[in-house]
Amino acid sequence: MVGAHDQDGGTLAVRVRGLRKEFGDVVAVDGVDLDVRDGEFLTLLGPSGSGKTTVLRMIAGFELPTAGTVELGGVDVTRRAPFERDVNTVFQDYALFPHMSVLDNVAYGLRVRRVGRRERTQRALEALGSVQLGGFGARRPSQLSGGQRQRVALARALVNRPRVLLLDEPLGALDLKLREQMQVELKAIQRQVGITFVFVTHDQEEALTMSDRIAVFAGGRIEQVGTPADVYERPATPFVAGFVGTSNLLAGEAARQVVGRDGTWSVRPEKIRVEREDDGTGAAPDDRHGTRGTVREVVYVGSATRFVVDLDVGGTLVALQQNLQTSSMDVQGLRGARVRLTWRPEHEFRVADEASDPAVPVPDPVP
Amino acid sequence: MRGSRRARWTFGAMMALGLAFVYVPLVVIVINSFNASTVFAWPPKELTTRWWVETAHNPSVRAAVVTSVEVAVVATAVALVLGTLLAFALARYRFFGQQAMSLLVVLPIALPGIVTALAFRTGFRTFLGLELSIWTVAIAHATFCVVIVYNNAVARLRRTGLAPEEASMDLGADGFTTFRLVTFPLLRGAMLAGALLAFGLSFDEIVVTLFTAPPGVTTLPIWIFQNLQRPNQAPVVNVVAAVLVLVSVVPIYLSQRVAGESTGGGRI
Repeated sequence: MVGAHDQDGGTLAVRVRGLRKEFGDVVAVDGVDLDVRDGEFLTLLGPSGSGKTTVLRMIAGFELPTAGTVELGGVDVTRRAPFERDVNTVFQDYALFPHMSVLDNVAYGLRVRRVGRRERTQRALEALGSVQLGGFGARRPSQLSGGQRQRVALARALVNRPRVLLLDEPLGALDLKLREQMQVELKAIQRQVGITFVFVTHDQEEALTMSDRIAVFAGGRIEQVGTPADVYERPATPFVAGFVGTSNLLAGEAARQVVGRDGTWSVRPEKIRVEREDDGTGAAPDDRHGTRGTVREVVYVGSATRFVVDLDVGGTLVALQQNLQTSSMDVQGLRGARVRLTWRPEHEFRVADEASDPAVPVPDPVP
Repeated sequence: MRGSRRARWTFGAMMALGLAFVYVPLVVIVINSFNASTVFAWPPKELTTRWWVETAHNPSVRAAVVTSVEVAVVATAVALVLGTLLAFALARYRFFGQQAMSLLVVLPIALPGIVTALAFRTGFRTFLGLELSIWTVAIAHATFCVVIVYNNAVARLRRTGLAPEEASMDLGADGFTTFRLVTFPLLRGAMLAGALLAFGLSFDEIVVTLFTAPPGVTTLPIWIFQNLQRPNQAPVVNVVAAVLVLVSVVPIYLSQRVAGESTGGGRI
């Protein structure tokens, strides 16, 4: 068996080509090509209904594609049942077996693969230990908190040492603190075990924090695949620019006046400096691009303040300023004030217009 | 909800009155079955187990108990198989006529018993040309027992959803192993609860039994009905009635406990 390879010569854990799924009249997935490298943490990011979960379920084998293929480690598994694929899933609602103890839940995959009782108990205990649930084996899932159930689901999947672990919004049901803690832990576990993770989320911050690469989904298609920095700093389409971060688009006449060129341009909020119009010389320094406007909204978010500014040239920009010297009292007074917004030209990036530029890179032809 | 003191008192009193209305007559029957007086002077001056001993040795009562148990066991077994299969079909698959089908399955419990009973009698004798027997009684009972089993099973299947089965297959179990280790254990409690209720329902049924039983096939409720007018049998009738109360209450109590336990006490 020869594994499929990507351009850099790395082995591909998952290779998806021309994947399509229709539910009745609804096209949930509309021609998806995706490569997941061995050992990679890849996130499928998109709003609900964008097809990311359906792609995950087709990789797991729960849905049969209408068209297209799924390969795992170079082997076409498109028509294989879930139990004939070397992948395991962490489900959104965990899907623990309520009638079994935590230990039996974790040992289940080994049990149905006929691993001896002694060995499977030992490996299940180890897996529970690795998710900090060493003493919980005898409990029922109903006796655990949400975060603990999440860890059991993770241990239950990881104990089988799958080639690929699929995670379907596994942190969605947790509160913010636990969520952030689990993001760090998940990433650490993934580095430690070296298993390929395919992670589904609609939370762009989560995606940026955890992923090696991100595939951004919209309307059943992939808009862009790239590293978090690629996707955030150089979004390929207006959709990506808007979904990952705040959109901050300058188009048409505004773009010509401010950027000096045609097309649709964007600047991330934290790159923009906000100054009162009456401060300083009144003109933008030569090395910065800038424009003027009126503050419509001031949102104090603790460490920083978000300004929503209506531009004189048309359009709206959001700027984020660290609260280094200011306090909430100072910034609240700025609502309605005239301000000047400036940024360094290298922080502008051009956003492809949907019609003119193909956002999705053309994949390698299927051999 | 927290009502005012007065509202709570009023609700409490109404509740007590309602419960008393239902349960006092039942308690009277049970107490009377121990009443030493043959004319049931109230309150009982003296208690005795004499009627219970007499009932236990009464051949016609013993025959009726055996008949009732036989009918209930057969009806429950048929209902268990059909009800569970129907629940799977209607909860797990999408097909044409599904809505109508699920209505048809539960309809027998809503139809007037006397109509069902008459329909069965006519159906068995005129259309199928069958002699009425203990089997015709059991089959007739099975129709409403199916509804009970179906309702329990379908509720459980809908509540647990497909996720546990998907998780099982994802972890490497094939369809049969998944059924054995996940689907059936999760459904078992609901099936048992349904079976217990169905058994209780069949055990004290009278209308359908009257219409579908031939002379000589006497279930316990029919025995009571036949002996109600005989004054010398009154003590034994009381005991049989008390037994029927117990036989009906115990399965309901057990089924409620089973239904609560089998999911591990909570939803996951």
